[in-house]
Amino acid sequence: MAKATQSQDESFADILPELDYWKIGLSLIITIFFAFFIAPIWTGLVTSLKTSQAVTFTTPFVPPGPDGFTTGNWARAYQNLATGFVNSLVMTVPSTIVSVFLGSTAAYGLTLVDWGDRAQFTVLILFLIGIFIPYQAVLVPLSDFWINIFPLVEILAPVWELSFMQREHARLLSLTITHVVYGIPLCMLLFRGYYLTLSDELVEAAKIDGASIATIYRRIVLPLSKPMIGVVFIYQFTAIWNEFLFSLTLIGSSSSPAATVTLVLSGLGADLSGIDYGLRMAGALFAALPTLIIYALFAEQFAKGLASDA
Amino acid sequence: MASSQDTVSGSRNVESASEADWRARLVAFSKSDFVRSFPFWFVPFSVMALGVYGGIGYNTLISLTDYEGFNQGPDFTQLDFEMYVQAMNDPWVWTTGKNTFVLLIVFTTVTMLLGLFLAIMLDRGIRFKEQIQTIYLLPMALSFVVTAQFWLWMYNVNNGLVNTLLGVVGLGPFNWIGNPDLVLGAVIFALIWQFSGYAMIVFLAGLQSLPDDQFEAAQVDGASILKTYWRVIIPQLKSSSVSAAVVLMIFALKAFTFLFSMFGQYRVPKATDILATLMVREAFKLQNWAYAAAIATILLLMALAVIAPYLHYQHKQGSL
Repeated sequence: MAKATQSQDESFADILPELDYWKIGLSLIITIFFAFFIAPIWTGLVTSLKTSQAVTFTTPFVPPGPDGFTTGNWARAYQNLATGFVNSLVMTVPSTIVSVFLGSTAAYGLTLVDWGDRAQFTVLILFLIGIFIPYQAVLVPLSDFWINIFPLVEILAPVWELSFMQREHARLLSLTITHVVYGIPLCMLLFRGYYLTLSDELVEAAKIDGASIATIYRRIVLPLSKPMIGVVFIYQFTAIWNEFLFSLTLIGSSSSPAATVTLVLSGLGADLSGIDYGLRMAGALFAALPTLIIYALFAEQFAKGLASDA
Repeated sequence: MASSQDTVSGSRNVESASEADWRARLVAFSKSDFVRSFPFWFVPFSVMALGVYGGIGYNTLISLTDYEGFNQGPDFTQLDFEMYVQAMNDPWVWTTGKNTFVLLIVFTTVTMLLGLFLAIMLDRGIRFKEQIQTIYLLPMALSFVVTAQFWLWMYNVNNGLVNTLLGVVGLGPFNWIGNPDLVLGAVIFALIWQFSGYAMIVFLAGLQSLPDDQFEAAQVDGASILKTYWRVIIPQLKSSSVSAAVVLMIFALKAFTFLFSMFGQYRVPKATDILATLMVREAFKLQNWAYAAAIATILLLMALAVIAPYLHYQHKQGSL
């Protein structure tokens, strides 16, 4: 104790500056980057609540004052995007469920069942390449397929007699199927990473007890997959909701009754003389709402999906 | 008992032994793991393969025709490499190719360095780590279409936040979007904003898998923190780096959506036009289907040049 008081100057000199400058510097850096990552979204949020006058004459990231405040942008964004929002939901939910399910069965067949190393590896590689290819490489065939080779609009002709359906909705169905097809590889990879960590013993024991491959999947693997199903579902829902290129290719026009929310948003306010930033920011946030909510609730699972994807 | 019966029946009926054997093998095969697991992996596999490999094959076939527009289908009787020759002689293809390359390299390098830096900062045992990580990763949850809207506003000449902040230190305003010298940099910066959180997550996972004692041992040996990272920690992040680099390059090749939304439909400026945007414009605006298919093939080859060495590396590491 006495020793400590004696060398107080010394310890002050070599502990405090080093430790505290380091900590202050670290906090500062972390705060700066916090501001960097949040700034565009925050700026968008406050701008979406400003009148067009306030947008022009106030600092972008400062919240609107009482006379510059309006909910009009959100009302207009809702008006413009509501149909697209519903279309996106109708398209995203089934394609997410189906691709997650098929990804899980594929991963099961490739990891927990052993049917020949070489062949299994080849199939795996073919799946992996499917994750990484740029979609441009399949766009021309894709539109040719859905328009000329397998025209759902004509095949499902009787359906369009229903009063609440329109012919263009067939394109939404093509889009749903397309998302399933190209979503399978990534779902497979995410489940595969998880299944490799499951212990073989459980599966082996069930096998010795005479359980069939289908039974093992239904009774053992599927129940054990629950946490991973959550991760893959969140990841895949976000990916499909956010996707744009397939919507553009298969639906084309943002004025189509089948246009998804990203497609409508990309053309929002484009017909005006200048860009209406208040409306655009409200539209962007409205379109992002489901993914933002999912992210706020399940950020951890989202990060897990990203990390295991690498 | 059973085995003696088998031998008896076997010797009694020699002719049908091979047939029985064959039948037994067929029964065994039908009960084998291959056949039993077949529905599980083959259904998703064939659906995927039809879309991916069928698509690529058909795309290549179309690129060899002169297909223009949907009024009549592609004519497969005359196949040649005319579209590829045309692409090689098209200066715009070279410009977009160069832009694609610059975007790929600059975006990937800076995003990885920033991601590594952020991961190291967050790995230093700070408070609220989870919450901070969530905010850093937030842009990753947003669509390109959405982030393009935000950045269009950020880069606005008169009222954008970027120019407002630069104005405080007496710089600018710059016309980020309108100036051909600045626009590619501005796009890359926005993409770095969106994806550095991803690189951070990958590096954080890598850092957390390293044992702590190495760091402590280096510190005991008197190495500075900086030196410890440079000599001991970073070299061990090789596999994280490779994964992050490959995924980021693939994101960069997909930057189409960001550019398309930011610049409104098909009017991407020359200075930031990439092969992906050129391809979509040729196909869906100008209806040059065969030419677009040829450009798509070039883009695919670029992607394969990234993927193939990566898969080979992963395979050699035994991490596939």
